[in-house]
Amino acid sequence: MIQLQGITRIFHMGDQAIHALDHIDLTIDSGEYVSIMGPSGSGKSTLLNVIGLLDRPDSGHYLLDGRDVTALSETEQAQVRREKIGFVFQSFHLIPRLTAAENIEIPLILTGMPSIERKERIAETLQAFNLSDRAHHRPAELSGGQRQRVAIARATILRPTALLADEPTGNLDHRIGSEVATLLEALNQTGTTLIVVTHDRELALRARRRVAMHDGRIETDEQ
Amino acid sequence: MRLQDLLRFSLKTITSYPARSFLIILAMALGVAAVIILTALGDGARQYVVNEFSSIGTNLIIVLPGRSETAGSFPGAVMGQTSRDLTLDDAHWVGRLPQVRRYAPLNVGVAELSAAGKLREVTLMGTTADIFPIRHMKLSQGKFLSSADESSAQIVLGAKIAQEFFPDGNVLGQRVRLSDRRFLVTGVMAEQGESMGYNSDELVIIPIQHAQTLLNTNSLFRLLIEIRHHGEIDNAREAIRQTLIRRHDGEDDVTVIAHDAVLATFERILRALTLGVAGIAVISLAVAGILVMNVMLVSVSQRTAEIGLLKAIGTPAAVIRYIFLAEAVWLSLAGALAGFILGQAGSWALRLAYPLLPAWPPLWANFAGVGVAVLAGVLAGLLPAIRAAKLDPVDALGKR
Ligand SMILES: Nc1ncnc2c1ncn2[C@@H]1O[C@H](COP(=O)(O)OP(=O)(O)OP(=O)(O)O)[C@@H](O)[C@H]1O
Ligand SMILES: [Mg+2]
Repeated sequence: MIQLQGITRIFHMGDQAIHALDHIDLTIDSGEYVSIMGPSGSGKSTLLNVIGLLDRPDSGHYLLDGRDVTALSETEQAQVRREKIGFVFQSFHLIPRLTAAENIEIPLILTGMPSIERKERIAETLQAFNLSDRAHHRPAELSGGQRQRVAIARATILRPTALLADEPTGNLDHRIGSEVATLLEALNQTGTTLIVVTHDRELALRARRRVAMHDGRIETDEQ
Repeated sequence: MRLQDLLRFSLKTITSYPARSFLIILAMALGVAAVIILTALGDGARQYVVNEFSSIGTNLIIVLPGRSETAGSFPGAVMGQTSRDLTLDDAHWVGRLPQVRRYAPLNVGVAELSAAGKLREVTLMGTTADIFPIRHMKLSQGKFLSSADESSAQIVLGAKIAQEFFPDGNVLGQRVRLSDRRFLVTGVMAEQGESMGYNSDELVIIPIQHAQTLLNTNSLFRLLIEIRHHGEIDNAREAIRQTLIRRHDGEDDVTVIAHDAVLATFERILRALTLGVAGIAVISLAVAGILVMNVMLVSVSQRTAEIGLLKAIGTPAAVIRYIFLAEAVWLSLAGALAGFILGQAGSWALRLAYPLLPAWPPLWANFAGVGVAVLAGVLAGLLPAIRAAKLDPVDALGKR
C-alpha cells in the first residue's frame, strides 16, 4: 500500500521556486490500477519518481506497506526499489550492448541469484512475454513493442508489488501501445499495483481509478 | 551481486567497445613493456660489467701513473700528464711488500708481427709471467719466462694469431719478428675471448723490458698487484701508495685503486641508471593511467542513462562503483599482461641482437611493471567510478 501525506517537491531555477509537487495526499491500495493524467509540467513524473524512491520529497511522509521510507538511507532505498518497485519508461532504457535475455537478467544478477536458477527464470519470463525467439537479439534489432516488452519483463521479473509506468506507450504506435497496455493490465490482474502516467486519454480511461494533476496538485481523483 | 557476475558484466562492457579498450590496453602494455625492457637493458649492462670485473679477481689492486682528479671516480680516463714515471723499479719495490702475493707490470702497444711470410698488426703486452695467474689466463702450449732468464726474447701468441700464422699447429720454437726485433715463440694462449676490452686471442705477450724498448718508454702503463688476503685490501692499498710516494720524493702522483672498489662504483652507477630509466618508464605508466581515467570518464558520461537505469532497478551505489572499478581492473590487467609478454619478447630480442649483454629483466622489474600498471588502472578508475555512483538517478534517466 502506498500512502503519501503532504508530499512537496520544490525545484529551484535561479531564484524561482517551482512546486513540482504541492502537498500531495494520495493513498493507493495494493492491486489497484491507477492512471495519472495532466498537462506537461504538472508534476506527473516527479510524483512517480517519489513513489519509486528515485527522488526525495522536500517535505511530507511516504509510507510504503506501512513503513516510512522517506528517511531511509540511499542503500536502503535501493533495496526497497529492488524488492518492491518496477519501472517502465517511455524510452525503454534497455542497455544497448546486452541482448534481450541479458537485459532481463540484470535484476536477478543484482540479487545474487545463482546462474542456473537465473537461466530457468529467464526462459520462463521470455516465454511469458512471448520473446523466446528474440532472446539473443540486441535492442537495436528489436521493434518498439518488443523493446517495451523486454523492459516490462525486466521490471517484473522479481515480482514487485508496484509497477510504475511513465508514458509506457509514448513511443509506440496506437495498436502496439494498446497491446503493451493489455500486457500491463494482465500483470495487474495477478495482483501487482499498476500506476500509469499517460497523455493518452483512451489509455487513461482503461484504468479503474483516474487521477488528474495540475500544477503539482491533484485536481480530480475518480474511481 | 556475485563477484563472478560483476567480473563478467564488466568484461562484457570492455569487449563491447573494442577500439576504445584496445587503445587503453595498448597504452598500458607499452608502459609495462618499457619498464621491463629498459631495466633488462640496464641490468644487463650491470651484469656484463660485473662479470668482466670478477673474471679478474677481487684481490686485485691496480696502480696507474698520474693522479686521478676526483677520488672515487674511475680514473682510467685520467691518464697521461704524469709528473713522474711509474717505473719497473717502483714495481719491484712494491713487490717486496709483505701483503703482496704477486705483481705484474704492464705495458701495452701496437706493433707489426711478421712470420712465415705473413704480416699483421697486433696488440702487444709487455709483462712478466705472473700476469697469467693474476688475470686467470692460461697457456694451451709451452711456457712464458719460467726460465731464469727474464730478459730473453720470448713471445707468447694469442690463440687466433697462432692459428693465423701457423695453421699447421707447429708453433713452439718458431721465430717471429715484432717490429724490427726477433722473438722465439715459447707459448700459445688458450682461447679466452674478450675480457676487459682486450681480445686475448689476438694479443701477443713479450717480456716487459723488451716491450719498453720496443715502445720506447720507461713508464709502466699499469701495475697489477694481487694481494694475499682480501681482508687487508685497504691496508695493502695504503702501503703501496706510501711506498710509491716515498720513492717519488714525497710526491703523491700515482693512483692506486682497489679492484672491487671500482666494481662497486660501477655497480652503483649502473644500478642507479637502471632505476632511473625504470623510473622514466613508470612515468609512462602514469600517463597510461591518466588515459584510462579520461576514457573511463567519457564512458561514464556516455553511459549516464544506463547508470540511471541501474539505479532505478535498485543497484546500490557501491555496486555501481564496483562495476566501473572492475572495468578499470580488467583493462589494466589486460594491458599489464600484454606488456609483460611484450617486455619479455623485447628483452629476448635484445639478447639475440647483443649476445654479450645478459639482458634479463630483473624479477623486481617484472613485478613493478605489472604492479604499477594495475595500481595506476585502479586509481584511474576510482574517480570515474565514484562519479558514476554519485549520479542522480532522475537526472541520469532524463539523458538519452
Ligand atoms: N530536475 C529538475 N530541475 C528543475 N525543475 C524540474 C526538474 N524536474 C522537474 N522540474 C520541474 O518540475 C515540474 C514538474 O515536472 P514533471 O517532469 O514532473 O512534469 P510532467 O508532468 O511529467 O510533464 P511531462 O508531461 O512533460 O512529462 C516542471 O515544471 C519541471 O520543469
Ligand atoms: Mg513526465
